[in-house]
Amino acid sequence: MTDRLLIEESAVNAAAPGAEALPPAAPPPEAPARSQWRDIWRQFRSHRGAMVALVMFVAIILFVTVGPLVWTIEPTFVDIRARNQGFSAAHPLGTDQLGRDLLARLMAGGQVSLAVGLTAMAIALSLGSLIGISSGYFRRLDAPLMRLTELFLALPLLPLLLLMVTLFREPLGKAMGPAGGTFLLIVGAIGVTSWMQTARIVRGEVLGLKEREFILAAKSIGTPAPRMILRHVLPNVVSPIVVAATLGIATAIITESALSFLGLGFPPDFPTWGRLLYDAVDQMQMYPWRVVLPGLLISLTVLSVNYIGDGLRDAMDPRIRKR
Amino acid sequence: MKLKTLMSGAAATAAFAAAMAPAAFAARGADGQVNVIMWQAPSTMNPYLSAGTKDIIASSIALEPLASFTTEGTIEPRLAAELPTLENGGIAKDLKSVTWKLKPGIKWADGSPFTAEDVAFTAAYCMDPSGGCAQLAKFEGVEKVEAVDELTVKITFIAPRPDPFSAFVGAQSPVLQKAQFADCTGEKAPTCTQQNFNPIGTGPFKVVEFRTNDTITFEANPEYRDPEKPAFARLVVKGGGDAAAAARSVLETGEFDYAWNTQLAPDVIAGMEAAGKGKNLAAFGSLVERIHVNLTDASSDLPEDERSTAKHPHPILTDANVRKALSMAIDRQLLTEIGYGQAGKPTCNLVPAPAAWASDNTECLTQDIEGAKALLDQAGWVPGGDGIREKDGKRLKLVFQTSVNAVRQDFQALIKQWWSEIGVETELKTVDPSVFFGGDAGSPDTFQKFYADIEMYANNFEGNNPEPYLARQTCDKIPGPDNQWQGENTSRYCDPEFDRLIGEMTQIVDPAERGAMGRKLNDMLTRDSNAVIPLVYRGTASAVSNTLGGVKLNAWDSELWNVADWHRIKQ
Repeated sequence: MTDRLLIEESAVNAAAPGAEALPPAAPPPEAPARSQWRDIWRQFRSHRGAMVALVMFVAIILFVTVGPLVWTIEPTFVDIRARNQGFSAAHPLGTDQLGRDLLARLMAGGQVSLAVGLTAMAIALSLGSLIGISSGYFRRLDAPLMRLTELFLALPLLPLLLLMVTLFREPLGKAMGPAGGTFLLIVGAIGVTSWMQTARIVRGEVLGLKEREFILAAKSIGTPAPRMILRHVLPNVVSPIVVAATLGIATAIITESALSFLGLGFPPDFPTWGRLLYDAVDQMQMYPWRVVLPGLLISLTVLSVNYIGDGLRDAMDPRIRKR
Repeated sequence: MKLKTLMSGAAATAAFAAAMAPAAFAARGADGQVNVIMWQAPSTMNPYLSAGTKDIIASSIALEPLASFTTEGTIEPRLAAELPTLENGGIAKDLKSVTWKLKPGIKWADGSPFTAEDVAFTAAYCMDPSGGCAQLAKFEGVEKVEAVDELTVKITFIAPRPDPFSAFVGAQSPVLQKAQFADCTGEKAPTCTQQNFNPIGTGPFKVVEFRTNDTITFEANPEYRDPEKPAFARLVVKGGGDAAAAARSVLETGEFDYAWNTQLAPDVIAGMEAAGKGKNLAAFGSLVERIHVNLTDASSDLPEDERSTAKHPHPILTDANVRKALSMAIDRQLLTEIGYGQAGKPTCNLVPAPAAWASDNTECLTQDIEGAKALLDQAGWVPGGDGIREKDGKRLKLVFQTSVNAVRQDFQALIKQWWSEIGVETELKTVDPSVFFGGDAGSPDTFQKFYADIEMYANNFEGNNPEPYLARQTCDKIPGPDNQWQGENTSRYCDPEFDRLIGEMTQIVDPAERGAMGRKLNDMLTRDSNAVIPLVYRGTASAVSNTLGGVKLNAWDSELWNVADWHRIKQ
């Protein structure tokens, strides 16, 4: 036994210098794949919470996109004989006060809510980062852009939305149909009114970053501003942006439901998670599931996006990892 | 009797006590305290300074008018000895004045006598041009009110008035004490806090303590004309909370005896009533939930000030068959059951009461989808490729708007489905209630502007005279840019025959004849033209404890109109 092991070991040892001596036939297979993104993904996978959240988020997306192809009941079909039913084979999650299938409504509602949440978040994020970075990096733009931010912060959201809906609902609805027009209007309205926090946080980060040695070094070798921003500044402020994004999705979903509740959102026959939640509040005591289910889906979406964001931040920023 | 025996048969006892109570417990103040919750808290006790229902109800506990509306919508004398009629000479032959005889011997809560001077003073108080009286509409067309003698009041009108029962009829225009309010007329009216919060009245209770928007404490009025009433020594009105909490405090926890305005979903109410502590009662006045059909074109292709005006008749809805089919496809019974439960009745009438005015129009109560389809086929509307009917290249597609309200959104979903069954496509739209009913001429979303094809809301009329209410549907009451979009003929209904009959009606005095004319006008608007499609006759709901007796809910007058008769049912 001992002999064999020794031989083997020596054989391995012997092989190594020989291999080194050989000219490389091909570059080592890992080398090109060891990119920054693969690194991030490897780091991300080690974050257990983020992985669970990712699975959850993909599951929710599949539920609202693939689900309606499998479960084909119309979400707006009123079956008055089957109203207020509990869980059954015909209606796995029961029915509402008009006999509409709750499972189908949750799927259809999720499509709208997620689309609104993600799009509004994307708009708010791009606007916020753009303004935050410009005002942090270019001293001349700082004062006017920050005053603009304060102006938006001081605007009362609801009257502004009221005005936007009154002015643009009909022309947009005519151009794109009632649902498309409302979608654009809501997403635009939420995006335009929720970028300010991101902008302020990003500006703060950029101001701190500007004094760091590596930025000074990059500057001293004459890196032009656009390249500086894309290459050196943006990757370093990604973590606050990601955190703002996760919170933004939640706010957008909730704002959409508040708008629908005021009659400014989607037409009433368009289910959204927020609307399902509001509609069920009256009967909360008798049919708690009707409140719990949409509420749960909203919370799960927000939580999973939050955890994904957390994992991404850790993966992308080695300095604060495991803190 | 032993208490135990009584407890064992609580339900039977309650029924027995309710029947026997007035005789059994007739002694002033014998029944202790009664607690009333009004979730919209009263903010004043003077109804002339507030048009809010909550304030009118609270003030009706202490202040009284000359006559009250009964639960049926008829009138009964209260401080008056009898109702003025043509026969007893109370109503003048030329219909230009009415003379009220007051009950003798009535005293204010401070012991001073109640006289015709007080009535004349109250009229002057409200009609003072420098004061903003909230009930001025009650005195519209009144030229003067004078005290003929101690117990006689004469009200003179500017023009002949076939229905003179407006001023001093109902809780909105009670009589104030001249001695107390003499220094509070005109501009000084709102500054008299002490008087407005603690008015001296002739009613069964008097105010002891008034805390604005919070609690009002009343005590039995020692000078009340019936020595055996009220049965309660104290009455406490508590404000705050919401409709659901108020209903719960009566029906589930039993903390309160009476909760005002508990309009909640039928199954929510049923769940609370299951606790067995009380009942949710409904009273029916004249409130009707209805659909208005826009007879003019609201298309956004038209110039802003020509949309929804008579210049452009509606391309689809001017076809009477379409309107009839829309009405036939609706199951009013089901709408009522889902939306209002006990607090609603299906109806085909715009004027559902008083009895003399209510048409026997019941044809629409049965849903007839097949009939509606056949009617549309006949009228040349044939289903297109996607099942939506078309005629001459016009798609049968309608925009249906209403205010944001859970029940109305359920109604919209149901009606949309029924209409889709007969091949009508419906696009739903909701508007914030404060905008929808706000009447702002600058907003495109008011119910008067009606930038949609179909709209749904509820409305009622004041008092028991539907004539002014019907008169709102004449051609000249069509909202439009020239009258700042005011006016309530939202359907844009315009029939010269209707206008002629309304004119005729102002000359009729006989109640039966007026009723017959009213029924005819109602049928013209609903059954014959379907310009208005009535859905549900709605009541007002209030929760009453099983231990509280004598409550007769009244939708025509203040809900607490007969608070003097309330008593405790011993269990």
